Amino acid sequence: MTSKAVAGEHKHRDDVGSRMGLWLFLFSELILFGGMFIIYAVYRFMHAEEFRLAAAELDPFIGTINTMILLTSSLTVAMSITAIQQGKKYLSMALASTTLVLAVVFLVNKYFEWSHKISIGIYPQSPELMNKPQGEILYFGLYYVMTGLHAIHVIIGMAVLGFMLVFIAKGSINRGSFVKLEAGALYWHLVDIIWIFLFPLFYLIH
Amino acid sequence: MTQHEEEHKQHRVPYGEYILIWLGLLALTCLTVALAGIDLGRWVIITALIIASVKSLLVMNVFMHLKYEDRMFRLFALVALVTFIIFISLTFFDYAFH
Repeated sequence: MTSKAVAGEHKHRDDVGSRMGLWLFLFSELILFGGMFIIYAVYRFMHAEEFRLAAAELDPFIGTINTMILLTSSLTVAMSITAIQQGKKYLSMALASTTLVLAVVFLVNKYFEWSHKISIGIYPQSPELMNKPQGEILYFGLYYVMTGLHAIHVIIGMAVLGFMLVFIAKGSINRGSFVKLEAGALYWHLVDIIWIFLFPLFYLIH
Repeated sequence: MTQHEEEHKQHRVPYGEYILIWLGLLALTCLTVALAGIDLGRWVIITALIIASVKSLLVMNVFMHLKYEDRMFRLFALVALVTFIIFISLTFFDYAFH
């Protein structure tokens, strides 16, 4: 065998480069959410007491449950990579699907939470909210923008993982080539990390 | 073929390690909720942020395989983190001297 023949068989791939590219993208996400965390920090510093009062409207129980749901969804997507590395295609698909199911449960909880807030008159520009002190208005503005943007990321992550499931089913993600699944999982873990910070900042102010 | 596979060498993280980290993450979540119930004054936000940072490190190192990656990945992550910390500190300096 000459090296030329080997090179012909070798389909060029740079998995490390692919993963690094995705990490760079994740850093841009850090800056996107980071800007909002800075706004949050300054407003909370300015209106500490009002943030505390406003946060009392949130139910820490739902927040805790949703945190655990997202952590578990991260676990299952991480395990789906190990499964595909072992060549266990269906186990990998089952684990990735579990992540999708948990993501749906997370969003359903979020839906009930938001609709409860809206039903008691707390939504941007609502008369009820506008009568509250400035700090509470800012708190709820940030609450809707940050958890809303996070929810959009959850939906995008679900779409990405949905495609990965199709790729696993069709065999283009397989035992020897799974960098696409790794990339999808990295994005999903970022969504999890953002929630890890959102949770105490919005739900656990006492 | 074996050579080819070696080129794309993979770190296979055992399920057990993931589950252990997951249990740790759940425990830290319970801890942060429990601590929020105690009136720690100004330490509330500090403990909450420390616990959140530890959780993020666990997710990044194990779930996101950062500890198995090339050194360059950690360097990148560090640069991103330092940039973010500079943003925060500059904002607060601006605020404090306004």
